[in-house]
Amino acid sequence: MDFTIFLIQILNSLQYGLLLFLVASGLTLVFGIMGIINLAHGSFYMIGAYLAFALTSLTGNLMLAIVLGLPLAFIFGALLEWLLFAHLYKRDHLEQVLLTYGLILIFEELRSLAIGDDVHGVNIPALFSASIPLSDTLSYPVYRLLISAVCIALAVGLWWLMQRTRLGMMIRAGSHDRDMVQALGIDINLLYRTVFALGVALAALAGMLAAPISSVYPGMGGSVLIISFVIVVIGGIGSVWGALIAALLIGFADTFGKVLVPEFAGLAVYLVMAIVLLWRPEGILKKG
Amino acid sequence: MNPRIALVLKLAALVGLIVFPSFGSSFYTEMVAKMLILGIFAMSLDLLVGFTGLVSLGHAAYFGIAAYTVALLTPKYDPANFWIALPAAVLAAAAAAFVIGLFVLRTKGIYFIMVTLAFAQMVYFIFHDTALGGGSDGIYVNFKPDATIAGWQPFNLDEPLQLYYFVVAALVAVFVFLTLVLRSPFGKVLVGIRSNEHRMQSLGYATFRYKLAAFTLAGGLAGVAGFLYAVLFGFVTPEYLSWHQSGNVLMMVILGGMGNLAGAVIGAFAFIGLQEMFADWTKHWQLLMGGVIVAAVLFMPGGLSALPGRVLKKLNQESKHG
Amino acid sequence: MKQARRNAVRTLAALTVGALLPIGAAQAAEKIKVGLMLPYTGTFAALGTAITNGFKQYVAEQGGTLAGREVEYFVVDDESDPAKATENANKLVKRDQVDVLVGTVHSGVALAMAKVARDNKTLMIIPNAGADELTGPLCAPNVFRTSFSNWQPGYAMGKVAAEKGHKTAVTMSWKYAAGDEASNGFAKGFEASGGKVLKHLTLPFPNVEFQALLTEIASLKPEAVYVFFAGGGAVKFVKDYEAAGLKNSIPLYSSGFLTDGTLAAMGGSGEGLLTALHYADGLENAKDKAFRNTYATTYKLQPDVYAVQGYDAAQLLKAGLDAVKGGKLEQPAMIKAMEAATIDSPRGAFTLSKAHNPVQDIYLRKAEGQENKVVSVAAAKLADPARGCRM
Repeated sequence: MDFTIFLIQILNSLQYGLLLFLVASGLTLVFGIMGIINLAHGSFYMIGAYLAFALTSLTGNLMLAIVLGLPLAFIFGALLEWLLFAHLYKRDHLEQVLLTYGLILIFEELRSLAIGDDVHGVNIPALFSASIPLSDTLSYPVYRLLISAVCIALAVGLWWLMQRTRLGMMIRAGSHDRDMVQALGIDINLLYRTVFALGVALAALAGMLAAPISSVYPGMGGSVLIISFVIVVIGGIGSVWGALIAALLIGFADTFGKVLVPEFAGLAVYLVMAIVLLWRPEGILKKG
Repeated sequence: MNPRIALVLKLAALVGLIVFPSFGSSFYTEMVAKMLILGIFAMSLDLLVGFTGLVSLGHAAYFGIAAYTVALLTPKYDPANFWIALPAAVLAAAAAAFVIGLFVLRTKGIYFIMVTLAFAQMVYFIFHDTALGGGSDGIYVNFKPDATIAGWQPFNLDEPLQLYYFVVAALVAVFVFLTLVLRSPFGKVLVGIRSNEHRMQSLGYATFRYKLAAFTLAGGLAGVAGFLYAVLFGFVTPEYLSWHQSGNVLMMVILGGMGNLAGAVIGAFAFIGLQEMFADWTKHWQLLMGGVIVAAVLFMPGGLSALPGRVLKKLNQESKHG
Repeated sequence: MKQARRNAVRTLAALTVGALLPIGAAQAAEKIKVGLMLPYTGTFAALGTAITNGFKQYVAEQGGTLAGREVEYFVVDDESDPAKATENANKLVKRDQVDVLVGTVHSGVALAMAKVARDNKTLMIIPNAGADELTGPLCAPNVFRTSFSNWQPGYAMGKVAAEKGHKTAVTMSWKYAAGDEASNGFAKGFEASGGKVLKHLTLPFPNVEFQALLTEIASLKPEAVYVFFAGGGAVKFVKDYEAAGLKNSIPLYSSGFLTDGTLAAMGGSGEGLLTALHYADGLENAKDKAFRNTYATTYKLQPDVYAVQGYDAAQLLKAGLDAVKGGKLEQPAMIKAMEAATIDSPRGAFTLSKAHNPVQDIYLRKAEGQENKVVSVAAAKLADPARGCRM
C-alpha cells in the first residue's frame, strides 16, 4: 500500500467511523442515559430511511424531507414512549429486550404492508452531488464529507446538550436517581418522554441522511442494530465522547480489516470489542 | 405452585410426549423433537440466565460448534461413530465455553451480554467466511451417527421413532441432571451468586470459578442440543450460530419464565408453536408474533410458567371476596 | 372457505359422474400438489413473490391446470433462513405430502431443501438459487433447476471482458458462496480468453461499506472490475462506484443481478452498465412478448428474471406431467421427460444438462433507463461444467 492510498484509507476509516457514530447516537441517549435496552433502534433507523424515501418522492428534495421528517419521528417517538416504553423503566432489562424484539417484527411487517419489499433509492441533493478528485483514479463524494460534518456537529451538540444545558442536567440527574429528581418538582415523565423522542428522532435522522448512499431496502434496520450496540458499549455506556471514540475505532477496524485480512474481516469488529472490554470491562470512557 | 402438583404435571407431560407419536404424523413427531431439542438448549441457557444471573447473548455459538463437530466427524459416505461423535461434540462445545468463559466472565451486566455476543459473532464468522465447515451455504450430515458397539446396536438413530425417543430421553436426562446440580451445594452457590455476588465472595467463595464451571456446563449442554439438532436435520449452517438464534433461545427462556427448568421447555414449545401457527394463518405472521411478544411483556410478567400461579391467586382472592 | 365449498361441489360432481359412467372411462386425473417454499418476508420477499407470480401465470395460461391436472398449492414462507429450512421443507414433504417441491431463492436454504428432496425422493425444481453444488457434487435425479448456476453468468461475463481487450481485472463480492462461485466463473472465462485476475476482494456479508475496497481497486488499477452483488447492496455499490469516480476510468461488469430490479433505485448511476444474465429486456421473441403482456396485465407489475424462472419451473413440471398423462405420478417417467424437455422459455428455448441445470444462452445486457437491454449473446448454449456430479 503506497502512502497516498494509506492516507485515503485513513480518511475512509474516519468517515465510516463518523457515519457509525451518527447511527449509534440515538442509542447513546436511550440506552446509555435512560438505561433502556432498545433492540428496535435499528427499526427507527429503517423508518427514517423510508420516511426520507417517501417524503423525497413527495417533495422532490431530501433537505425538505428531513425538515418534515424529523418532527414526525419525534412525535412518533413520544407516542411510543407514552404507549409502551413508559411501562418499562422499572422492569428487568430482559423484558425490555423481549418487548423491543417484538417491536422489530411489527415494524418490519408494517413496512412491508405499507411500502412493499422493493429496493428504493433516494437521490443525493444536487447541491452536494459533486466529487473531489483525490488521486488519478479515485475521487471522494462531497455528500459523504457533508455527513461527516453533520456527525461532528452532532457529537458536539449532544455533548453541549448533556453537559451545558438545564435539560441535560436534569437528564443526567434523572438517570442517576429518578425519585430524587421527581422530588425536586421536575416532571420526570415528560423529561423521559422528551429524551426517548429525541433518541428516536436521532435514529431516524441517521436513516434519512444515510438513505441516499445506502439505499432503502427491507431488513436494513438489522444491519445497524448490532454495530450500534457495539459502539455504545465499548465507548462506555452513557458517554457521548466514548461513543465517538468507539465509532472511530470500529471504523478503522472495519476498513483495515477488509484490506489487510479479508478472510477474517467479519471478525475484526468483534475482536476489537472483545479486546477493549477485556482491557476495560466497562468501556473506554466509563460514565463518571 | 404446589410441588406435588408440579410433579404430577411434569409426569403427565412426559406421558404425553411418550404416546405422542402414535397420534401425530411423522412430521409433527419431528417438530416436537425439534421443540424438545430447543427445550434442552433453553434449559442450558436458563442455568446461566435464570439461576446464575449471567445473561448470555452468545449461547448459539456452543450449540453450533457441537453441530459442526458432528458434520465434520461424519465421513462423506459413512456414518460417524455415535460413541465418538456425541462426546466429541459436547466436549468441543464445553471446551469453547471454558475458553470463552475465561474472558467474558471478567465483565458484568450489560457488558457481559455484549462480550458474549462478540465472541459468538467471531465463531459465526469463522464458520461463515472460511472453508472450514463448508462456508456460508452450510454442510450436510449425510448419515446419522451409528451406535453399534461390537456388533450390537442398542438404538438406531436412522429410525425416526427411535430418534424421537432418544431426544425425549435426552431431555429427561438433562432435566434430571440440572435439577440435581441445582440442588447440590454447587447449585446453591450459583443461586447465591445471582442474588448477591459480593456476599458470596465475602463468605469465601471463589465466585469466578463457580461461574466458569456453570458457563462451561451450560456450553456443554447446549452442545447436547446442537448434536441432536444436527442429527435430526442432517444439515448444518452458520445460521445456527447467528445472534438471531442466541436471541431466540433467550426469548424462549424469558417467555417460559426464568429460573424454572420446566419453564424453559414450555417457552421453547410456545415460541415455536406460535410461530408455526401464525405462519400457517397468514403471510404477515411476524406482525402477530410481534404483537404477542409485546403483549406478553406488558401483561404477563414472570413468563408462561408463572401464569397458572397468578391465575390461581386471582381466583383465590375472588373466592375470598365472594 | 369458498375454495373448500367449491372443492366439495366438485368432489360431489365427480362422485356422481363416476357412479354413472363405467369405471375407468372418464376418471378425472389426480390433482398435483405443488409445494412452494419461497421467501415472502425479509430481504428476498420481492423475489419470492415474482417467482410465485410467474409459476401461477403459466398454470393460468394452461386453463388453471397442468397437463389436465388441477393444481393444489401449499405455501411456506422460508424467510431465507437456513436454520429453519429443513423443517420448512419437511412441512411440505411430510405433512402436506406434496408431489413436487418448488424453491427457493437463498442458496443455503435450497441446499437444505435438496437434502430433504433427496432423502424423501420428492421431485424438486429450483427456480432461482444458483449454488454451483446443487447441480454439481450434490446433483440428484429428482432435483432440477430452471434458473442458472452462479458460474454461468460469471463465465460469460469473463469471456466478454477478455474479448473487449481487457488484460487485467479485479473481482469483488461478499464473502459467501454465491460471490465466490460467480467470481470464480468470471476468472475461468476471463483467463481462458487470455486475461488475468489480479485479486479477488471480499467483504463480510451483508456489510455495505465499500469505500475501503474501492480505494484498493483504485490503487490496483485493473483494466476491468467484476462484481457480484444483489438487492440493496447492489444499489449502494453502483452508486459508490460512480461517486468514487471509478465508473469512467475502470469499466464495471457484473452478473445481471446487480441491475435487476434495482435500476430505478440507483438513479442514473446504473446507466450504461454491462451485465451478463440468461434474461434481458428487449428480447425479440414472440414468447417473451406474450409473457410480458400477460404478466403486466395480471399483476400490474413488470416481470423480471425471477418471474421467468418461476414460469419455467411450471413449464418443466408440465413436461413431466405430460409423460404420465392422467395416471400415477411415476417418477422415473416424469424425470425422463423433464430431462428431455425443451423449455419454451421467455428467455429463449433451453434444454437441461445431464446435471439438470439449464443449457442456455447468456446475454450481454446494457442498462438503459430502467431496462437491461440485450446487446448480444455473450455465450451461446452455455452449460455449467457440473464438476463433481456423478449422474
